[in-house]
Amino acid sequence: MKITGMNGTRLLAASVATLFAVGCGGGSPSHPNTVTPSGSNSLTISVNAGPGGIYANGAFASVTVCPPGTTPCETIPGVLVDTGSSGLRVLSKALTVSLPQQKAPDGNPVVECLPFVSGFTWGPVQTADIQMAGEKASSVPIQVLSDTDFPIPAACGNPVNSMDTLLALGANGILGVGVFAQDCGGACVSTGPSNPGLYYECPASGCVVAGEALGQQVQNPVALFSADNNGVIIELPAVNAPEATVNGSLIFGIGTQSNNALGSATVYATDANANFITTFNNQPYSMSFLDSGSNGLYFLNTNITGIPVCPPPNTPFYCPSNTQNLKAVNQGANGTGSGTVNFSVDNADSLFQNNPNASVFGSLAGPNSLAGFDWGLPFFYGRNVFTALEGRSTPGGTGPYWAY
Amino acid sequence: MSNLTVHNVRGCSPEAICNKRDALSVGVEPVNERAIQRIRPTRLRATILFSILLLISVPAFAGLGEDVSSVPADQAHMQGTLRTTQTQSYTVREIQAPTGIVVREYVSSSGRVFGVAWQGPWPPDMRQILANYFETYRQAAQAEVSAHAGRRPLVIEQPGLVVRSGGHMRWFAGQAYIPAMLPQGVSPEAIR
Repeated sequence: MKITGMNGTRLLAASVATLFAVGCGGGSPSHPNTVTPSGSNSLTISVNAGPGGIYANGAFASVTVCPPGTTPCETIPGVLVDTGSSGLRVLSKALTVSLPQQKAPDGNPVVECLPFVSGFTWGPVQTADIQMAGEKASSVPIQVLSDTDFPIPAACGNPVNSMDTLLALGANGILGVGVFAQDCGGACVSTGPSNPGLYYECPASGCVVAGEALGQQVQNPVALFSADNNGVIIELPAVNAPEATVNGSLIFGIGTQSNNALGSATVYATDANANFITTFNNQPYSMSFLDSGSNGLYFLNTNITGIPVCPPPNTPFYCPSNTQNLKAVNQGANGTGSGTVNFSVDNADSLFQNNPNASVFGSLAGPNSLAGFDWGLPFFYGRNVFTALEGRSTPGGTGPYWAY
Repeated sequence: MSNLTVHNVRGCSPEAICNKRDALSVGVEPVNERAIQRIRPTRLRATILFSILLLISVPAFAGLGEDVSSVPADQAHMQGTLRTTQTQSYTVREIQAPTGIVVREYVSSSGRVFGVAWQGPWPPDMRQILANYFETYRQAAQAEVSAHAGRRPLVIEQPGLVVRSGGHMRWFAGQAYIPAMLPQGVSPEAIR
């Protein structure tokens, strides 16, 4: 169920109703478009309302975490599968097992402030063994999201608001399987003016920005698998009309098993910032990207597209008077690879009002910053989208790239 | 409390990230600018001292809606990261930070910052660049997140403030402007 513009009471009621519906198998039980997972490198993902009962176009998976080398383990459902970030982040409230706190060389606990567009996550870096399907990554630094374990530094709040609750995140966590092996990379290793200030040490006297070695940073768990560790594929069925739920697969590895060959997919290299080029109306936008963690097709704005946004409270979305059938051309950042994308934009108000039990909307779209196209989860419907890790070799060349 | 101190207090907590996100003001990149004036050797020592004090205490630019004269003129000349370009109807002051974050502020002929744009691997300190509009922004962002679960660009379109912010881990870009302050004939798309 997609909650749109409801007040708190309605939101809560709707969430409860959705949870009930989902818990009782409210979605169609044998979906004709379901992609059946197969193999030890294949994890089932489901696009549904999520554990908060309020998500549209969110792909969720279950992730098992254990203390390094021991038990008990916990399988956390409702973790958002996100090719737009790297690393596992889990709500503290969704975590029942105790994981060791990462400590800086001086013994102080390490805590992270990670900016997203619509807010930030804050909380301690802890270490876990991560299991998904038949794959395992050992001693992986993850972020445990909590506003209360360590006081939030003032500077961390400046991106906007904390997303460390189920209501704000709409998920029990985020599984970042993007092109980067770590969330921050080289910029966070050394202290000084080039450090963006993501990692903190938190002695009792208060949290201060600190350098964090690459291997200590929150890691893309796929990069730490012993095999199938050069990238992922997201496979989801085509969506021709709003649906309650669809299922698909997160496949680990590219060209490593019989179920993850690149085949005829076109490779689109990304630049160092994980962007590529989308051309729309003959205008190239070189800061465009694919992101399964964005929940719509977000591009440009009304002044450029001529498509009006919805009246409040649905202003994040476009509301054309009738369906807009559009096309754009994607191109690798290095100029190689090119392909036309046909996509549709429907009136978001109508989508939500006419489909109150749906969570899957292939034509949900809205405005972006001026940078270009944010190809969110609707782009992934009906495609097998490969995300190749930076520096890893694959049959399609060395990452980072996307292919589909 | 001086204006300079107010900037500092608003922009950061003293024990933490002050010298990080506010490091927009601490640049290393040389610039080739008509705005940069030659520093006389006899003044060099005092100038260095003065500039260090400014680097520590103030951002290199005025925030949205503020008067550009609130930043001491000399300070801008000494940064080494500030690039100023002039169009017929406004001035663009571009600040490149060592973090890779680039902020451009758009200043009207009357000296007011009517728009800001940013891009880089991480978001800028929004509190700093939105100045007195930050709280409006924060509340609108909170309302939007509460009303719609799901990650997406953050778009705020209010009569008094427009913000369009997008991106992903290691890449963020956006613009903010005050519609009523746009100089005549200037399109919002110019703020980028």
